[in-house]
Amino acid sequence: MVSRLKWSEEQMSTSPEQITGAQSLIRAMEYAGVEVVFGIPGGAILPAYDPLMDSSQVRHILVRHEQAAGHAAEGYAAATGRVGVCMATSGPGATNLVTPIADAHMDSVPMVAITGQVPSGAIGTDAFQEADIRGITMPITKHSYLVTNADDISRAVAEAFYLASSGRPGPVLVDVSKDALQAMTTFTWPTDISLPGYHPVTKPHSKQVREAARLIMESSRPVLYVGGGVIRADASRQLRELAELTGLPVVTTLMARGAFPDSHPQHMGMPGMHGTVGAVGALQKADLLITLGARFDDRVTGKLSTFAPDATIVHADIDPAEISKNRHADVPIVGDVGEVITELIAAVREEMAAGRVGDYEAWWSQLNRWRDTYPLGYDLPDDGTLSPQYVIERLGVISGPEAIMAAGVGQHQMWGAQFVKYEKPRTWLNSGGLGTMGYAVPAAMGAKVGCPDDIVWAIDGDGCFQMTNQELATCAINEIPIKVALINNSSLGMVRQWQTLFYNQRYSETDLHSHRIPDFVKLADAYGCYGLRCETAEEVDAVIEKALSINDAPVVIDFVVHRDAMVWPMVAAGTSNDDIMVAREMAPSWDTVE
Amino acid sequence: MTRHTLSVLVEDKPGVLARVASLFSRRGFNIESLAVGPTEIPDVSRMTIVVSVERLLLEQVTKQLNKLINVLKIVELDESTSVQRALALVKVRADAESRSSVLEIVQLFRAKVVDVATDAVTIEVTGDEPKIEALLRLLEPYGIKELVESGVIALGRGSRGINDRSLRPADRTA
Repeated sequence: MVSRLKWSEEQMSTSPEQITGAQSLIRAMEYAGVEVVFGIPGGAILPAYDPLMDSSQVRHILVRHEQAAGHAAEGYAAATGRVGVCMATSGPGATNLVTPIADAHMDSVPMVAITGQVPSGAIGTDAFQEADIRGITMPITKHSYLVTNADDISRAVAEAFYLASSGRPGPVLVDVSKDALQAMTTFTWPTDISLPGYHPVTKPHSKQVREAARLIMESSRPVLYVGGGVIRADASRQLRELAELTGLPVVTTLMARGAFPDSHPQHMGMPGMHGTVGAVGALQKADLLITLGARFDDRVTGKLSTFAPDATIVHADIDPAEISKNRHADVPIVGDVGEVITELIAAVREEMAAGRVGDYEAWWSQLNRWRDTYPLGYDLPDDGTLSPQYVIERLGVISGPEAIMAAGVGQHQMWGAQFVKYEKPRTWLNSGGLGTMGYAVPAAMGAKVGCPDDIVWAIDGDGCFQMTNQELATCAINEIPIKVALINNSSLGMVRQWQTLFYNQRYSETDLHSHRIPDFVKLADAYGCYGLRCETAEEVDAVIEKALSINDAPVVIDFVVHRDAMVWPMVAAGTSNDDIMVAREMAPSWDTVE
Repeated sequence: MTRHTLSVLVEDKPGVLARVASLFSRRGFNIESLAVGPTEIPDVSRMTIVVSVERLLLEQVTKQLNKLINVLKIVELDESTSVQRALALVKVRADAESRSSVLEIVQLFRAKVVDVATDAVTIEVTGDEPKIEALLRLLEPYGIKELVESGVIALGRGSRGINDRSLRPADRTA
């Protein structure tokens, strides 16, 4: 993922020229192939911002809050597959990166965070703007560096990019003390990186793969349980080939939306807490799960002890620690999921050549029955107010399958996963593991920088939007014309939904009063963006088309929606997937035919 | 819950002990003892970590440790096929009247007196955990004024070392 081919061998060699540590840092970023950095300068990182000004390769985008720098780097990485980079100063600058770093760690986003640190002599003295950011981020990074010697900067940067992008991707922090940035050094770009304790296994064990293929042929109710790893590994093409070769049903988790086309007849949709009855049922009643780059998250499994009780588990992941972490794997496969699927295809072909084929006809008729009986849907509000699901559904249809959707966290996120139909990987960006409100606007900004020719929407809630909407300024000033579909129900909607269902409709602290304050159209206007408002179903298509026609500045549409809309289906937290509710007090009938 | 002794080879880099300790705390694993020191290889340190966990959780501990970039190798050392030792220093009340019986215990355990005062002796003892515990049980009635114990360190028996290829690392790849 990291481009190292831009530089000739000659350029690779050590240059005896004396440069500052700061220059070495910027040059190292250039060698690592960085084209954009999101950040904010400050005292300790200041030396690095001086040579950054001269870099013709590295574009710096000045954000308004470091958290947004981190999420923008994540959005850039998730949309392009390249390493996202954010930069901040010591102390509060660095601690503001903690949330996006944790987010990237949970969702395996390749990201490098560069922070300034107080001069090495002052470390440990509680100096001005000192925070032990390496210590703070230890449990939420793949690895981290504290560099206090200018000579070590380029190697740390090279290793950081290698670590962030290889194996299971993740965030790597490089904390550089101010004196290291100011000291003189010579620049060497390490041509080979040897990390004696880091050897990600990419090639799967062929015996295990053959066993998986054999199980596929023998099983009668198999499912391909597809997670975000398939997107990170760029393995969608292989996945489709495997699915079509075997005829297996596919479910794509929240992190895997887009890994397999929603229009494909073998796609059963998203499983989990707000998954389709078909997808949840498929996992639950399966006798074989072929798990590809997924991690048996509690939002997918529901009550773990009752999850897929009859299923034999094949679990393929690049991270050995994921295997058998939550659910025992009968057939563990460690490897790059793309290579795993490729080998699995070959093994399946061998099975077929030997005359062994699976028979899933009864299974499919059951799956189709669930799919037909319990399709995703929603009721329009009785009072004629706008349905949020309808808005999101139209947004997807009108924007088309090439558009990138970045969501915040909550009801709008779930509707964004349910009612937009994804056909391509890297078109659905969201905070899945950490559930970070405020992700959408900065992530959309990062995605738009990485994919300037694509339509990029932030599907955001009024709660989320108010956590990071200051980045509209960044977007307007830097000509990053994202579009924001603000699903404004004037509430912390998902929390309100739980209060409706589990707290006797006692709406403690979930009313945001955002119909009144702020006026989002005026807010958009104040930030140099176009502000539009939509309050009726009749206006929806026209306002979306209007937003799509504007490309000279960001657009914010304030969709004032019905506040009592709820996300269905739902598996209540801590309960079994068997107890999924299609709507309030309405459970599906499983009519299982064994 | 069973006790397991892990030998962990790590790169001698700043922060490596914090990484290991924070991993145990973050994942909710309890460390019974931890000892760290240099090895025959420059820049490589060896940690001996004793944990009390179920077998399944031990697998998870090992895999999570292996994910740390500075961790080079992890081997579980079985009590029967390894030598395990800890060191304890005990200050015991011992006046003219009781000193000789305390010294008798010291001899029985092949421990050493390393300091004497008018009303106390300081005893150094090396051994596996049960031996140290047994000694402490016998000294208890005299009055233990102060006790300090090192973590367990361990080495596999026989001629092979931890870096020999023939030793299978614990759960590198599931």
